[in-house]
Formats: sequence, C-alpha cells, structure tokens
Amino acid sequence: MPLLDIVGLKKAFGGVQALGGVDFHIDDGEIVSVIGPNGAGKTSFFNVISGLYPSDEGDIIFDGDNLAHHLPNEITRRGIARTFQNVRLFPNLTVLENVMVGQHCRTRAGMLGAILQTKKQRAEEKMTEEKAKEILSFFGTRLAGYRFDQPAFALSYANRRRLEIARAMATEPRLLLLDEPTAGMNPKETIELTEQIGKLRDERGLTVIVISHEMKVVEDVSDRVVVLDHGVKIAEGHYDYVAANEDVIEAYLGRPAEKPDDE
Amino acid sequence: MSSSPAKTKPTARRFRFNWVDGFLWFIRVAALIAIVVGITGSVQNYIAGEGLTAVQWRDLVISSTSTGLMYGLIALGYSMVYGVLGFINFAHGEVFMAGSMVGFIAATLLFENGFWDANPFAAVLFVLIISMMTSTIVAVLVERIAYKPLRNSPRLIPLITSIGVSFFLQYAFAGLFGVASQSYPPAPGALGEDVIIFGIPIQGTKVLVFVVAMVSMVGLWYFVTRTKSGRAMRAVAEDKEIAGLMGIDVDRTIVVTFAVGGAMAGVAGLLWALLFRVVDFQTGFLPGLKAFTAAVLGGIGNLPGAMLGGVLLGLFEGVGPLLVLGGLGIPAVSQLKDAVAFAALFLVLIFRPSGLLGERLGSEDRA
Amino acid sequence: MKDFAFTRRLGLIAGITMSFTAAIGMIENFNKRVLVEPFILMGYVVLLGVPILVGLISARGRPNPLEKPIRDSRAGAVSGLIAGLFAGLVTSVFVLIVDTFDMTQFFPNMRPAMVEIMTFGFGVPIGLLVLILVTGVAGSLGGFIFGQSDSVRRGIGQATIWVLGFALFEGVVNDILEIDPVLDVIYAPNGGLLPWSAVVIGAVAWWLSGRFQGKSKILVEKVQKADKWSGIRWGTYLLGVVVLLLPLFVLGGIVNELLINVAFFVLLGLGLNIVVGYAGLLDLGYVAFFAVGAYGIAVLTSPLSGTINPEFSWWVALPIVMALAALAGLVVGTPVLKMRGDYLAIVTLGFGEIVRILLLSDWLTPIFGGAQGVRQIPGIPFFGTEISGIDPQYFIYFTLFFVAIAAYISYRAEGSRVGRSWAAMREDEDVAEATGISTIQAKLLAFVTGAIVASFAGALFAAKVGVIFTNSFDVLVSIIILVVVIVGGMGSIPGVAVGAFVLIGILGGPKSQGLLAEFAQYKLLIYGALLVFMMLKRPEGLLPSVRRSRELHLEELEQDAWLDKGGDFGNDEVEATT
Repeated sequence: MPLLDIVGLKKAFGGVQALGGVDFHIDDGEIVSVIGPNGAGKTSFFNVISGLYPSDEGDIIFDGDNLAHHLPNEITRRGIARTFQNVRLFPNLTVLENVMVGQHCRTRAGMLGAILQTKKQRAEEKMTEEKAKEILSFFGTRLAGYRFDQPAFALSYANRRRLEIARAMATEPRLLLLDEPTAGMNPKETIELTEQIGKLRDERGLTVIVISHEMKVVEDVSDRVVVLDHGVKIAEGHYDYVAANEDVIEAYLGRPAEKPDDE
Repeated sequence: MSSSPAKTKPTARRFRFNWVDGFLWFIRVAALIAIVVGITGSVQNYIAGEGLTAVQWRDLVISSTSTGLMYGLIALGYSMVYGVLGFINFAHGEVFMAGSMVGFIAATLLFENGFWDANPFAAVLFVLIISMMTSTIVAVLVERIAYKPLRNSPRLIPLITSIGVSFFLQYAFAGLFGVASQSYPPAPGALGEDVIIFGIPIQGTKVLVFVVAMVSMVGLWYFVTRTKSGRAMRAVAEDKEIAGLMGIDVDRTIVVTFAVGGAMAGVAGLLWALLFRVVDFQTGFLPGLKAFTAAVLGGIGNLPGAMLGGVLLGLFEGVGPLLVLGGLGIPAVSQLKDAVAFAALFLVLIFRPSGLLGERLGSEDRA
Repeated sequence: MKDFAFTRRLGLIAGITMSFTAAIGMIENFNKRVLVEPFILMGYVVLLGVPILVGLISARGRPNPLEKPIRDSRAGAVSGLIAGLFAGLVTSVFVLIVDTFDMTQFFPNMRPAMVEIMTFGFGVPIGLLVLILVTGVAGSLGGFIFGQSDSVRRGIGQATIWVLGFALFEGVVNDILEIDPVLDVIYAPNGGLLPWSAVVIGAVAWWLSGRFQGKSKILVEKVQKADKWSGIRWGTYLLGVVVLLLPLFVLGGIVNELLINVAFFVLLGLGLNIVVGYAGLLDLGYVAFFAVGAYGIAVLTSPLSGTINPEFSWWVALPIVMALAALAGLVVGTPVLKMRGDYLAIVTLGFGEIVRILLLSDWLTPIFGGAQGVRQIPGIPFFGTEISGIDPQYFIYFTLFFVAIAAYISYRAEGSRVGRSWAAMREDEDVAEATGISTIQAKLLAFVTGAIVASFAGALFAAKVGVIFTNSFDVLVSIIILVVVIVGGMGSIPGVAVGAFVLIGILGGPKSQGLLAEFAQYKLLIYGALLVFMMLKRPEGLLPSVRRSRELHLEELEQDAWLDKGGDFGNDEVEATT
C-alpha cells in the first residue's frame, strides 16, 4: 500500500483551476519528483497536501488515513513535513531555535511543566536541544558550532535552505515535501544537496517528494517523475521516459509551428 | 497509476468539525435565537399596546438612520485608508472631532454677529468648508508626520502609532479648548423646524444630513471612478508596488486618500454638531470605533459598503436595543446601546467576515 | 551656513511646540512650581528646554551613522542661535496674535496671563524681543554644549539631572529624609531648591560624573562574575534586602501608595506582555480581565454584594477568580483566533467595553451594583488581621509577591517550548502552523495566561481599595497598560518594570497621580506623543529584549545579510557577519 495516495485532487482559486483532478501515489522509501512548467500547480499541490489550503474535492490518504481538510499542524503531526519555495524561516530565532521549534509536535511539555520546572520538562528540553543539534549535524559543519546561536537571517542563502530542511526533519516526518530545494544555489551546493536528499532516504528512512526546475537534479535524485501541467498530470514514469515524452516537451517548449501544406 | 488501497476512509466531509468551529456555531445560533425571540417579544408588546408607539418607532428609525449616515461618512475614511495602506487609522475619529471643534469656532462667531440666523444656508456652508478643511489638514499632517515613516514596518506598528496619535489629538484639543463641552448654536432657519416629507415630519437638520450625505457619496463616487486621482487610488489599493511601477505617484496618492477621507469626516463633523449640538474632545472616540465597525460591516475597502454599513449600524444601535433586548425583557436597554454596536462588529466578523458587500483589499492583504 | 534649511525647519518645529505648550496652558500651570528660587520656574524650564534641545540637534546636523559627530562649539553655538532665533520668532508671532485678539471664548488658556509669562513680564512689544533673544540664547547654549568634549557634556548632563531630580522630587526627598534641619538647608520654605544648594548639587554631580565614569559598568560586571558566596555577592544581597525593607520603615505613605500603583501596572504589564509581547496578539480589551478579577473578588467576598453573596475570604475566592479569568480568556480568545491583527485589536477593545457596559448596566445591578459599585470589600486576611489599602506599607508586599510570581511565570514560559511556539507564531503564523504548532492552542494559552495574571491584579486591587466602580475599568486603562509595555519594551520583563516606573511612577496612571503631580493634566497627551515617538524612533522600547531589537531593525540588518527574494546566488564561503 502506498504511503501517500492521492485521488482526484481538485483546487480552484477564484476562477483559476490550480489542480484539476490529480492522482498521485508514492510508496514508502521512494523519491519522486514533481515537475512542470510555471503555473502548473506544483506548489498548490504541496499547499493542499500540507493543509495550507483545503481541497475542493479528492482524497489525500496517508498511511491509511484521509488527511483532507485537516489543520496543517495536524498533518505535520501525522508525519508530513514540507519546505517552502521562498524559504520561510523564523528570521529572528537562532538556528538552533528554528530546529527546536520543529520538535514541538513531538514533545509535550506545557505551561505547567515550564513553570514548575519538573524533571520531565527539563529532560524533554535537553532532549529537544540534543535532537536539534543531531539533525543539524546532518549538514556537516555548515550549521554547527558557533552557528547554533546565530539568528537565522544572518545565514547565507544556501544555509537558509538547509536550515529549513533541518527544521522539517525535526518534526520527525515520514514524508518530506521539498519545494525547489536547490533553487538559487550554485552548482557545487546543488550537487551537495542532491546527494543529501538521497541520504535523507538512505540514512533517515524518509520518503521524499521534490519539486524542481533543474532537470539534472531531477535526473540524479528521482526514482520516478510526475509531470503536471495546468493542474493535471500529463506524464509519469522514469526520468528517461518522461524527458522524451512528447506531451511533456510540448508543455515546456510548445508545439512546433504548423508547416504550410505542400502543394 | 493510482491504486485502490484495500482500506480507505471515504471521501472526507467538506466540513471537518473541531471545537473552535463548534463554539462559533453555538454563538451564531444563540445570537439568532436571541434576536428572533427579542423581536417577537417586542412585536407582542406592541400589539399589547406596551412599549413604543408606532410614531415613536418611526422617529427612532429616522434618527437612527441619520446617525448611521454620519457613521457612514466617517467610515469612508477608514475604508479608504485600510484599502490603500492595510491598517486601521485609529486617529480617524479624532480627525472627525477636529473638524467639528474648529467648525464650532466659525459657527459661534457667525452666530454672534447675526450672520448665522440671517443666512442659514450660507452660514452652514461656510462652517462646512471650515470643518472639511480642518479635518483634511489634520488627516494629512498625521499621515506625513506619523505614518509615512512607518510605511514598511511590521503590521502592528502603524496601528499602535495611530492609537498614540488618537490620544495625542484628543488631549491636545482638550488642552487647547478646555475639557468642557462646546455647544453649537441652534440650527438656523428652516433647519430647526420640521420638514414634511411623505407626510412625515422630519427635523430639518436630519433632512440636511441625508441630503449632504447623498451629495458627498455621489461626489466621492465620481471622484473615485472618473478622475485620475481616484483611479490612482484604486490602483494603489489593489497593488501598491505595481501601481508604482506603472508610473503612479504612490506617495501623493496616499496623501490624497487621507485628504479625501478627512474631508468626508469633516462633513460628518459639521453634521454631527448641527444634529447633536454638543462637541468635546472625546466626541470622536466612540463614533470613530463605530464607524470602523460600519466599514467592516459593509466590507472593508468597499466604499458603498461603508455607507451601507453606517446606516445599518445606526439602525442596529438605535433600534436594536429596544427591539431585541427590550423584547427579551432587559431593563433600561438604552444604556446598552454602545455594547450593541460593539456586539455588531463581533457578529459581523463571525457571520460574514468579508462584510455585506465584500472586501476590496490589496493583493498583500488577501488571506 | 552648512544646512540652513534643516536649522530653519528645526526652529519652526520648536516654535510651534513652544506655542502649543503655551496654548494648552502648560507653561502657566507649571510656572506655579518653583524649581530653584527665585527665578527658575518649571514652566520656563519646559519652555526653554525646547530651544536648548533644538540647538543641540541643530548643532549635530545630520551625522553619518558610521562616523563620530564633529564637535565644534562655535559652529554649534551659531547653528543653535539661528534655530533658537527662528523658534523665538515663530513663538512671538503666536504671542502677538494672542495679545491682539481675544480668543478666550474658545481657547481659555490663551489669555493675558499667558502673554505676561511668555514675555517674561515685559509685555508686548518689548517682551517679544526679549522672548526672541532669550530663545536664541537658549538655542545657542544647546549648540554650544553639543560642541563640548565628552567629559564636559557628561558633567553638564549629570548636573542637570541631579538638580532637576532634587527639585522635582522634593516630595520624595522630604519623605525619606524627614530631618527638618537638613531639609531647610536644601529647600526654600515655599518649595524649590535654594539657589546655593542647587549650585552645590550641580557641582558635586559634575565632579562625581568625572570620577565614576565607566566605573559603574565595571562594578556590575564584578558582581555578575563574583563567586556565589563571596563578599561582593553578600553585599548585593544585603543591598537587595535593604531596598526591599524601605517601604516598611523608611518611605512614607504617599510614596508607598505610589509604589503600589506602580506595582499594579507592572503586574498588568507583565500579563499583557505575555499576550502582546510573546504571542503577538494585540489585545486592547485587556482591562476586562482585570475587571473579572476585581469584580470577582468583590462579589465573592463582600457582605454587601447583592444576589451572589457567599462572603468567602480573599484566599478562598482567589482560585475561583483565577478560574473565571481563565474561562474569560477562552471566551475572548476563541472567536478571534482567525482574525487579522488589526481586527483582533478592535474586537478585543469592543469586548472590553461590552464588559464595562454590562457591569455598569441597570440590568446587572443586582449582582454587580451598577453605578454604585460594590462596597465593603474586605482586605486580605493575614495572620489575624486584614491587610488593605489602609496600610500601604504592608499591602505593597502582597503586590510585590504577585509581581514576582508573574515575572517568574513569564520568564519560565518564554524560555520553554511554549515560549518558542509563541515566538514562531509571532514571526510567521502560517509557517508555525505548518511546522506542527497548533496556533489555536498557542493563542488560547496566551490569552488564558494573560487573563490569569490580570486577575491577580484585579483581586489585589479590590482588596486594596475596598470599593470598586466601573470607571476604574475603561478603555483608557487597557491603553495605558499597552503604552507601559511598549515604552518599556515589548517582550522584556525588566522593560515592563522600567516602563511602569517611569510612566506611572513619574507621570501618573489613569486615575492616580505620579510623582510629578503637575503633569496630571497633561499626562495622557504625553503618553500619546510618547507612543508615537517610540514607534518612530525606538519601537523595541527602552529596555528591549534582544530578539525584539533584531525584529524591528531587521531592514537595516538585512542590508548586510544575504537575503533571498527569489534567486540570490549566495555562496557558501561568503557568510554574513552578524
């Protein structure tokens, strides 16, 4: 049974049909890329799955439960985490705090625990901090050591993207949605992150859906590729198949002009 | 290919239930029940010959409507500023008060030298112009000094600043004019008497309120839809950045917005003073809040909505307590007038948050 | 002339300000208070303080933030002189108008007495020239001072502060010293410092400023680094204990009353700080929770409280009242969960007003006493006696106790998981929700906690005053609490305390006087102006929390950091420096 099974997902914004009935599935441990020209509905797809917008129609079945119309924080609690196309960190919190916030849905200490400083609360705080540091170590020394206490806005662009992924990892998800994780990175950083996406699956057991415009990344990282255009799926399969698919090429590049009939 | 998993829950219901929504539904239902019960109670009272007579109800409706029209005029300013800049100008009520207070000076002077009674319409017109000019100047000054530097600040900051401005203006006027209430001279000439319209005697001032409000509305409509500045205003309200890129002087447009809103408030200031005769430094506070409620009621950013909202709010707070709460058997309901007005805001935001005629917001402000 | 337009504009602003303060009667009122016999009257100090300040600013010009300002006394004096003359010109035009036209019908303060004062007794037209001259001199004085060296400026600053302090806070000094012979030496019989004592105080302050410059910082560091049980630590603890015992033994009734008021606002400020400062929810109806606490205690403890009349003791009623406040927090918080910041503010303001109107109404008079309020509220029972406002020197300790609790709750909450979720929500609500934080729970928790803290204050208030009326619970109070929190520093516990001390203690609260009783009439005006000023210049408050300063000056810092607005090709090796 697939980890995530989406049937007939529809979402319209005013007059625009962002998603016009999308079927999608991903199995545990897969890495699937979602590609498509601008305006295809890729980010809307993520937005609806993660609960930011309610769907108009369709089922979102995750691990057996239908998560349609759940609140975003509930969906995260169930095990789906995401990053954003235009990196949305908590700019004034430190690097460490950003990641610790991710642990919120996996911890329980409340107001009373904080006030009374119970053993349980203190232990939990310590554990939260350790876990955050451990997750940040996934990115090597880039976000470690003195960086822990730096405010997030002081980070370089690439580090911000990594931090966002770290924060998502901290929610201990089963499924990770990465929205254009390599956008804006230079080639060296892109290669590094592509490898790390693989490691997310191999070392951490995550299932990943990636939205990307960079075909090299898509080729290197995906088990399978899904192509959206104008809110519907137009192709699906291995990268080589999709890259050669006529409909896909037409979606990106358009159709060749009609040649005048030969007389 | 999508598989059909063995065990799936059926398609999710459109409305997922959580206790927050439940609480809100409870309030909606309770409010509706209260309103219905209250109205039937009042109707029963009326039939039984208790409570207000038909004539009293009629007069109540008329005076509530005229108050509501004034709320509407003030609400225009709130609506415009919120539409263009995205925050509530708390100090707008004081802009209204300022026009009224300075108009008071003009009115008293005219009264003392006899001009007031000799040429009622000219006198009122003159004071109207003074009131409008004052309000406009105050509104623009406030924008230049307090709001312009904060254009890019996080959302709460301009709101808090406007609270500070509101206070400052209130107590500045208190310091200048003293804390005592100022009385306008009684409405001159025909305005003081009743005019017969459709067989109903209506106080001349109230007729004036209606006429002036309508004229202002038409004038404003013309300005917003037909003039270049008005179009610029709508463009800036829609998307400030793009409007700027299209060559619109955003800064000047914002000033114009405040000026026009201020002018409308100045009109309301004069009308209020003619109708209620008494103004003091706090006159702007409650009407300001209520006018904001009216703007939300009609749909923030929506100008006809602001006017409609104003009239409706006037009716709610004027007629509502007696009609609904009186019918429920609550004693001394007119004390609760203001509470009803605030409750109206709350109920609008629960029943129909985008207002009756729908919001018109800029792209950043849309959820 | 370097920047004539700038100077001229400063002069214009100064002139308008001076005219305004005269028009509202401030100068005339303040002049009733003598600061230093026989000439230095408080009104003149305020009046001429404006051109002095403007002279300072004019001399500074528009400095480059990266460079130290140039200090040139002569140029500064000239610049200040021009600004001052201009200000004087504007003001004298105003005075001339007031003298020529009788506007007292509309503006009661613009009367001959005002002209008299503004012309320093010389009357129009000579007095106008005097005014212009004096203002010019004041301006050039300001500019001259700006041009002096650091140590001189520090000395002048300290001297002014101490002299003004002794003069303005004569009441407190009287209260503390209570030794008549000493007081007679310092102060004149009708109030105000004797001239020579002013000179002595000023000179001593100047001298001390030179000697102890920088030493205070070193001292604080020494204390912080000292071992737990060393002599320095013990010294500070002892000092703390002494300060704590002051109200009981040293301070008089008036000052204690004032301290209790200040403490109330610290308490309320801490509560609102949780809602506004931590969670970012602008609640303008906060006073409603205060009312719940006060009326709750009143109804539950007073024998005269109408239909509900259990007559519990304060301690028994307190947990009930806390529960009621928590419930109120839920009731207020739930409907506003989805509202945008501005709407949230107005709706909560409406709630606050609805509560007050209901408490005042005839409808609910059987329970709450309506316009008559609730009387005979007993004090707090304590080992046999009842402590209430009659004994402010004891009552203050109760208040401080609850302030400490509120501060502790705030401190612990902020540094915990709860505090992080609030901070995340404040930064970006949608993303916080997406990261697994239930914003519904977080917001409600903030409302409930804030409500409970407010109920502490309400409960104490009811016991202290013994009689409560609805006019202690209007919108004004909510807004003053907000001003305290914002001026002191949003999200900062010491900030709130400082804000309360400075504002309520010195200027006065909504219904009470501060140390400077003369300001009572104008304090709300000053609050409004202060709020605007703070928002424009220093929105993080006087004593900000570190996080907040970052947030509010984000744009400036963003120039340095690599910021993405879609496609900034940042390089790993080149990191931003913080």
